[in-house]
Amino acid sequence: MAEIMLELNEINTFYGKAHILHDLSFKVAAGEVVALLGRNGAGKTTTMRTIMQLARPQSGTVQFEGNDITRWATHKVAQAGIGYVPEERRIFGDLTVMENLEVGRQPVRDGLPAWTVEHLFELFPNLAERRDNRGKQMSGGEQQMLTIARTLMGNPKLLLLDEPSEGIAPVIVEQMAQTLLEIKAKGLTVLLSEQNLHFARIVADRAIIIEGGGAVFDSTFEDLETHPEIRDQYLSV
Amino acid sequence: MSFYFAQFLTGLSSASSLFLVACGLSLIFGVTRVVNFAHGSFYMLGAYVAYALVQFVPGSILGFWGSVLAAALIVALVGVVVEILILKRIYNAPELYQLVATFGVVLLMQDAILLIFGGDDQFGPRAPGLDSVVRVFGEPIPEYDLVLIALGPIVLGALWLLLNRTRWGILVRAATLDREMVASLGVNQSWLFTTVFFLGSFLAGLGGALQLPRVSINLLMDLSIIAEAFVVVVIGGMGSIPGAFIAALLIGELNAFGVLVLPQATIVLAFVVMAVVLVIRPYGLLGKAETLAHVAGQVELPIRPASTLAKSIAGLLLIGLVVMPFLAGEFAIVLATDVLIFALFAASLHFIMSNGGMVSFGHAAYFGLGAYGAAFVIKYAGGSMELALLAAPLMAAAGALIFGWFCVRLSGVYMAMLTLAAAQIVWSTAYQWQDLTGGDDGLLGIWPSEWAKSKTAYYYLALVLCGGGILAMRRMIFSPFGYTLRGGRDNPNRTESIGINLRQHQWAAFIIAGVFAGIAGGVYVFSKGSIFPDEAAIPRSVDALVMVLLGGVQTLSGPVVGAGVFRLLEDEISRLDYWRAILGVIIISIVVIAPEGIAGFIKKIAVKAGFERNEEQAS
Ligand SMILES: Nc1ncnc2c1ncn2[C@@H]1O[C@H](COP(=O)(O)OP(=O)(O)OP(=O)(O)O)[C@@H](O)[C@H]1O
Ligand SMILES: [Mg+2]
Repeated sequence: MAEIMLELNEINTFYGKAHILHDLSFKVAAGEVVALLGRNGAGKTTTMRTIMQLARPQSGTVQFEGNDITRWATHKVAQAGIGYVPEERRIFGDLTVMENLEVGRQPVRDGLPAWTVEHLFELFPNLAERRDNRGKQMSGGEQQMLTIARTLMGNPKLLLLDEPSEGIAPVIVEQMAQTLLEIKAKGLTVLLSEQNLHFARIVADRAIIIEGGGAVFDSTFEDLETHPEIRDQYLSV
Repeated sequence: MSFYFAQFLTGLSSASSLFLVACGLSLIFGVTRVVNFAHGSFYMLGAYVAYALVQFVPGSILGFWGSVLAAALIVALVGVVVEILILKRIYNAPELYQLVATFGVVLLMQDAILLIFGGDDQFGPRAPGLDSVVRVFGEPIPEYDLVLIALGPIVLGALWLLLNRTRWGILVRAATLDREMVASLGVNQSWLFTTVFFLGSFLAGLGGALQLPRVSINLLMDLSIIAEAFVVVVIGGMGSIPGAFIAALLIGELNAFGVLVLPQATIVLAFVVMAVVLVIRPYGLLGKAETLAHVAGQVELPIRPASTLAKSIAGLLLIGLVVMPFLAGEFAIVLATDVLIFALFAASLHFIMSNGGMVSFGHAAYFGLGAYGAAFVIKYAGGSMELALLAAPLMAAAGALIFGWFCVRLSGVYMAMLTLAAAQIVWSTAYQWQDLTGGDDGLLGIWPSEWAKSKTAYYYLALVLCGGGILAMRRMIFSPFGYTLRGGRDNPNRTESIGINLRQHQWAAFIIAGVFAGIAGGVYVFSKGSIFPDEAAIPRSVDALVMVLLGGVQTLSGPVVGAGVFRLLEDEISRLDYWRAILGVIIISIVVIAPEGIAGFIKKIAVKAGFERNEEQAS
């Protein structure tokens, strides 16, 4: 197995008194695309927020490229090379497309593709046409592209994508899958959360299923197919 | 005609000055979400520092402008220090705590300026090279005013470029919209906030320094400008700089022409405009609704009936209060009377804050109205003390009825600002309506009826009225009315959806709180024998907030404990030279170190020791 990029170790995260993640552990190797699957409320978003240190785990560690990043400031985590695309997209509505991209811009990292606005406009042609439009004037699909493009402007090594296919038209979902494959081909490591099994299977190498804040399955999609009972139990298909 | 044009230009120049201060306040609020009371103190500091610097370079044009710029820079650095030492610790605290903490900075700065520059009014020099007048349609206009008129749009333009054409500006605008997302994209917010504070304080300092040739410099500049700046920022829409510009023009002109029509009521006019604008556009002319992430504040604990332990302590306290006059001297009795009055005042504020989730920043209005209402009965109607004590809550209720109607239409910071504005209306009316209120000289000789003349008798009267008032409010908290209010506080949409008119309940709560504050004011005026406008001023409103905070917002006994501690403390430190600074430090420390207050702190220990049930687990 290639070198480990991200490792969660017995993570326990709370929202107030509600215990959300229970001793969650998993690893993501460099260059891998891993899908985090699970029902509504299983804890996928919380896992992403914990990695970004937007939610502070009460115990356990998050390791990124061998560094313990638990309790780092969120902007330090981002600067270390983790790019986060949140579920609700969170476009800066009053800022133009170009300005949204500018907020995400970070210095180029060694040995990684340096994303420029031009590259990103090739990847997401719709954005190029709307470069001077404000974020709030864009459709849901366009906002989803913008939020990914904005995060790529930070030249991340690891991309966290929270339900990229949620709430967008099926044609756009197909397009999005192609785009993700292109991003993968550039050597990025991706952890994506999904409820759309079909979409996840196209882009991901491996599936981790979480349920009640813990990992209940961690293997290939082929493995998942040979165990339909797992799929039926933990995923709402 | 030409006279009106000249008046118009005067309005423009004061609008420019106002804009400089207000845009910094708005910028800081937009990014950090902190309403910075101390912004007016930075303005005052700018004026004092510029005054001191100009003394070294008399008559030199370069020296004058150099001093103005240097003063603004020095203020900007002071602002950065305040931000790093204090504000950084409270960015995630509820708004109320932030406002109160920055008011602590106001107190601290007042004494610091007094210490460094002395307390006398100062008159700055004319601006060299700009000390004559030009004739516009035959009317004399000071040259300096023309420079100021130009400066407003120049600063607006410069800020626009900075915010729209630089990376820093884009980051600032993004942070205004979604701080967490900005951090997730690798931007160091902490640094961004500090730079914003630098710029905002710079503008405040610049605004103050530029006043040198125009007005006298004194220690009252801070609160008078901050009240005006709040009005401008709120009318314009909090966080909107173009909005602040339009609002500054509106207020500047309103003042210039208002003086011709209603010379006694200029302050009132500005606040009336603010109230009207907010009712039509609740977020100001160019403002936006609060973002969701911000509104989701802390979830307040449910309030539960007192435990047996708490009841026995309250019983002991009551016995202690009843026998107290037999054991203590006259001085202690007077002090205890004071504590009772302020306990009721604080409890009435706590009533709307904790149950209704409404933060009033101008609760002194109702205290003051009650006090004046009582005083009027004695002075003008020849009535008795008994009648006056009845008039006090009525007058306060009338005020709360009118102001409350406006206030309950808003929430959060906007509501806090509007309540502050309401209190400023009361204060400025009391201050400016000499014939009725005696203005600054106050109304004197308001003494209790014969039977209540002795300190002990009056103490018992206060105990009955104030203690009764506090118990009455407690009752209401556990009535269906109280439950509805708390339901509305925690979940306004759900409460409305089951057919409850939340606004009406809030309005009623506002009036009830006003009534009890009014009673406190009425009892107060007879205990002192006099009443001055100060009783309705900003510091008095902050006193009430501090008492509530000191005791702890989330405990019912909080305001009573807080009032006791605060009055005793004030009694101790007000004899010292720099008591404001000491009070300021105390206020800041409470917010930073013990935000749950004294009663909350004791309660936490009681829960730990097993004396009391833990409410969080029980719920
Ligand atoms: N701010 C919060 N406070 C309290 N509980 C929360 C909060 N956010 C989420 N939760 C709870 O945490 C649990 C996990 O939520 P999370 O958002 O991580 O799930 P998810 O797997 O991303 O679900 P979805 O597919 O709906 O996005 C859920 O039960 C949710 O109700
Ligand atoms: Mg989710």
